[in-house]
Parts: sequence; structure tokens; C-alpha cells
Amino acid sequence: MSILKKIMTAVKGGAREVGELIVDANGTRIFEQEIKDAENHMRKAKQDLTDVMAKQMQTGRKVESLKAEVSEHEGYAVQALEKDNEELALEIAEKIGGLETELAEQEEVYNSFSEHVSRLKDLVKKAERQIKEYERQLSMVKTTESVQRASAAITDNFASSNSKILSAKDSLERIKKRQQNTFDRLAAAEELEAENSDKSLEQRMQAEGIGAEKKSASSVLDRIKASR
Amino acid sequence: MNIQDLAKQLSDLQSFDGYEFECQPIPGEVDVLQVTVGDFEELPSYVSITDTQVLCIAWLFTDDEVKAESRDDMMEEMLELNIPIPLSAFAKIGDRYVIFGALSINSSIEDICQELITLSENAVEAITVLEEFLK
Repeated sequence: MSILKKIMTAVKGGAREVGELIVDANGTRIFEQEIKDAENHMRKAKQDLTDVMAKQMQTGRKVESLKAEVSEHEGYAVQALEKDNEELALEIAEKIGGLETELAEQEEVYNSFSEHVSRLKDLVKKAERQIKEYERQLSMVKTTESVQRASAAITDNFASSNSKILSAKDSLERIKKRQQNTFDRLAAAEELEAENSDKSLEQRMQAEGIGAEKKSASSVLDRIKASR
Repeated sequence: MNIQDLAKQLSDLQSFDGYEFECQPIPGEVDVLQVTVGDFEELPSYVSITDTQVLCIAWLFTDDEVKAESRDDMMEEMLELNIPIPLSAFAKIGDRYVIFGALSINSSIEDICQELITLSENAVEAITVLEEFLK
């Protein structure tokens, strides 16, 4: 069963109760053990891999040196034939035969090491994928567990502080009201500032005798006298 | 990063993008930090930290608050809204509908602040939109 399926089954199967956990501590430990085992396998496979690769390289060098020796002796045989020394040439040819047998053997060993290396490399890759997969699953389990526990802690905290969990509508209403208050306060402050700056402008204009003049009592009296 | 570090870093910040944070650790089996962002006092975010993630969760409402007859429609709408809502997603813990954001454990304090602000705004936005489904 996939780990998500297991988590869903646990949630639906009554893990809703406060404090009840999705996966018991044992389940998590088994997971952690599986990861450790996979890591051990990988370490072992990597160790084996380095050993085998070292042997593969050694054999590779041996194959190369045997090949060189064969071609070297082939040159000697040609030289012996050029000197008409058939007997020596035959002896050299025997030597070459021996070298070629050894070369074939070493090549076989080399091939078997190569196969082993590629097998171990596959194994390491597989183990790495396995570990990643286990870690992903463990993280899912642990996250579920953590969320459950956190919810329980929050609920307990509400209970112990005697505060009520507000309904969403009430919360929204309060937040909206507060935001409206803030908004109104800002608007009022702006208005006030605008008024103040208007007033100071008016005052400065008056000082310079610009704009509507205030009617003084004497000017009113002058007007009345004039209209008489 | 653990909850204590985070609480300290959030408290040290005077404000972030014009918002202030108020932190209150909640005792329990796992460390949870209650973070209130600015004016969103009634809709705090709960932050918990696992091996791989920083989880920020805001509680929306419970099954009890949902009009029984419009539950399916509401769920449908929540699924539709999940992608348009920036950085947060809807979820359910037991009988409680929540909105949450998950960050990598390697996130910076700025990323976390950003997440907390967005989450609070999204929570208000979400309840406003889903209010018609509530009793």
C-alpha cells in the first residue's frame, strides 16, 4: 500500500481524536531502520565497487602490457627470420603462444570485472533511489504526525487559556471592522491635514492682502453712509 | 532553524513590508509558534518545523460552520481557488479547514515573513469568498 493511502486510512480510521497519532512511534522507527539498512547496503556496495574497480584497472594494465609484449616478440620473431634463424624464431613463436594464452585469460578476467563493476554501479543507483524514496515517505509520515500534534497543542492551548476559538465569520467581521477603523482614521487624519494646510495658506494670503478681504466694521459703516 | 530561532528573528524585525509580527510559542509535543501579522489578530498563523519543511497554517473554519447543503459546492470552489491563491493552498486537518503554505527548511527569514503576510491576507480573502457557504 502506498504511504499516502496508509496515511488517509489512518486519518479516516479515527485519528481525528485529539492527541491520537497517524503512525505510532514504532512505525516511524521501522521506517528509519529501513533507511539505515538501505544506507548500509549502499555503503557496502560503494566499498565493493571501489575494490572491484581497482582490480579492473590492475587487470587492464596487465592486458595492455601483455599486448605490448606480444607485439614486441612478434618483432623479435621477424628479426630472427630475417637472420634465417628458424630455430630461434620458433622458440620466440612458442613464447608468443604462451603470452597470448595468458592475454586471453587476463582479458576474460578483465571482462568479468567490468561486468561486476556495472552490476555494482546499478546496485548503488538502486540503493540511492530507494533511500530517497524512503526519506520522502518518512517525511510524509513525520509531517502528518507533526501537523496532528501541532493541532492538538493549539486546541489544548485555547482550552487552557479559556479563550474561545472564534468562528470564521466572527473573525472576519472583527478584522474587517478593524481595517475599516484604520482606514477611517487615516482618512480623517488626511482630511485634517488638508484643512490645516488650506487654513495656513489662507492666513498667508490674507497677510499679503490677497483674496477675499475680511469686512471690517469701518468699511461696512462707510458703505452704509455712502448709500444714504 | 527551529521555532525558538524563528521567534527570535521575527521579534528582532521591527517590521517587514509594513507589517509587524507578534509571536507566541505554544507548548506541546511539537513546537508550534503562533504568529499574528499586523491587524489580522483573529486569524493567526501556526508555524511548525519538520525535518524538511517549515509549515505555516492558518485555521479557517470547522465542518460545523459550513452549511451542510453547500459543502460539496464549497469544496469544488476551494479546489478551483487553490491555484489562483498565491503561495497558499487549502487543506483539512480533521474537521478543520485550513489554508497553509509549506517552505523548504532552508528558507530565509524574508521568505518566511513573506509567506506569513501572504497567508494572513489569503486567509481573510478566502473567508470573504467562502462566507456564502458558512452558516
